Amino acid sequence: MSKVVAELKYSAEHEWVSADGSGPVGIGISAVAADALGDIVYVDLPEVGSTVTAGETCGEVESTKSVSDLYSPVTGEVTEINDAVVSDPALINNDPYGAGWLFKVAATEEGPLMSAEEYAATNGGEL
Amino acid sequence: MTENYTALYEQHKKAGASFTDFGGWQMPLKYESELAEHHAVRNAAGLFDLSHMGEVWVTGPDAAAFLDYALVGKLSAIAVGKAKYSLICNADGGIIDDLISYRRPSTEEGADKYLVVPNAGNAKVVAAALLDRASGFDVTVEDVSAETSLIAVQGPNAEAILLTLVPADQHALVTELKYYAAVEVGLTFDGGTQDLLLARTGYTGEDGFEIYVPNVDAPGLWEALLEAGDGHGLIPAGLAARDSLRLEAGMPLYGNELSRHVNAYAAGLGPVVSLAKEGDFVGRDALTAIKAAGVGSTIGQKLVGLKGTGRRAARGHYSVLKNGSLIGEVTSGQPSPTLGYPVAMAYVDVEHSEPGTIVEVDLRGKAEPFEVVQLPFYKRQK
Repeated sequence: MSKVVAELKYSAEHEWVSADGSGPVGIGISAVAADALGDIVYVDLPEVGSTVTAGETCGEVESTKSVSDLYSPVTGEVTEINDAVVSDPALINNDPYGAGWLFKVAATEEGPLMSAEEYAATNGGEL
Repeated sequence: MTENYTALYEQHKKAGASFTDFGGWQMPLKYESELAEHHAVRNAAGLFDLSHMGEVWVTGPDAAAFLDYALVGKLSAIAVGKAKYSLICNADGGIIDDLISYRRPSTEEGADKYLVVPNAGNAKVVAAALLDRASGFDVTVEDVSAETSLIAVQGPNAEAILLTLVPADQHALVTELKYYAAVEVGLTFDGGTQDLLLARTGYTGEDGFEIYVPNVDAPGLWEALLEAGDGHGLIPAGLAARDSLRLEAGMPLYGNELSRHVNAYAAGLGPVVSLAKEGDFVGRDALTAIKAAGVGSTIGQKLVGLKGTGRRAARGHYSVLKNGSLIGEVTSGQPSPTLGYPVAMAYVDVEHSEPGTIVEVDLRGKAEPFEVVQLPFYKRQK
């Protein structure tokens, strides 16, 4: 079963948000989503300096079998993107909560987010 | 709709497969990584459970003449031991299914014997259509799909792997078996040797074999092949890899490229239709008219290959455009694991079907350029 990391918060669209209370938040997609997509071969991320809005699409993740929109779980300015996943999207499958992170946002507002327990319970993940 | 499970379901579960519904069957989509499975078939070998495919025996004195009538090809012309790709069509020329027929030696004097293999979701429909068309012919149509499993070993190492299960005195039967031919050969597994029908056919663009085996023996054969493939790079491969492999090889998939609303000439399968054969066949009048009208060459649409110039892939049902106007629709598409760029098949208006033509595909609101190319995308080095 796909792993769900306890320290993160999750959106209904399967993005995770890491927030330690200071600085920009990290965003990625959950192992549940990565496993469901299959081998990811292409990722389109928002540009650094652009503004993303919670609940709105800001990019896409494409696997061999399907394509899925990326929804920003927070509102704010994109401060950094993970260039490593752009050149090697397999990082998302291999390490969705680590090396496969996608982008960081100076968040001014959060969309509706779930705790790891809630997300795992509704999406069949394993804490 | 009730779900069907193949005799190998437990093997797949044990191997960690994720499952998908295909033609009413719970089939392994992938085990670990569909990309790894794809590459294994191109570079070493993959093991596929194809037990969802149908198997229909057609036997009797009129078997050859009957299939000449029921299918669009001239099945009477193939030699015993050979196989032929064909179509079963409606009277209007629409495709009910694409299938492979194997001519087998008959044990009965003056009779012929064929094994007809339809697609999973069409097995019952094809068996019914064959039965329906059999009146007036001295033939028996027997659908053995429910009790027959089909296991494929595909990839450059397929022959070496298979030979480890074949008694030494029968090796030549395998090594000399030609593409699109089949033979009964002894396979040793579960502590015994039994003769099984082995065909050198596949749906991957690689060399490979398909083995017809009674359900009860399928798990034993599967395990034996996995073990034999150890050291040859063999891994089990699911439908995701099967789909990407066949797409690269330019092979149509029923439900995507082929349907009752598509005819052989538009699908590029004109050569499969034998208008020259004697006697009537179902669809003859319609197909004669369709061909005479120039469908797929001077009018209508034609199935083409599309090569993406960017990284984003076209997917089934996406619109194909030329200068902003709709000229066709994608039937299958994804990033090609072997070639590294997006590939797709699409029906486009014939005036835009020339290789080298640049068209656009609407990728979720953004038109991206694709080049019309000759199929297949991938051809193995022989």
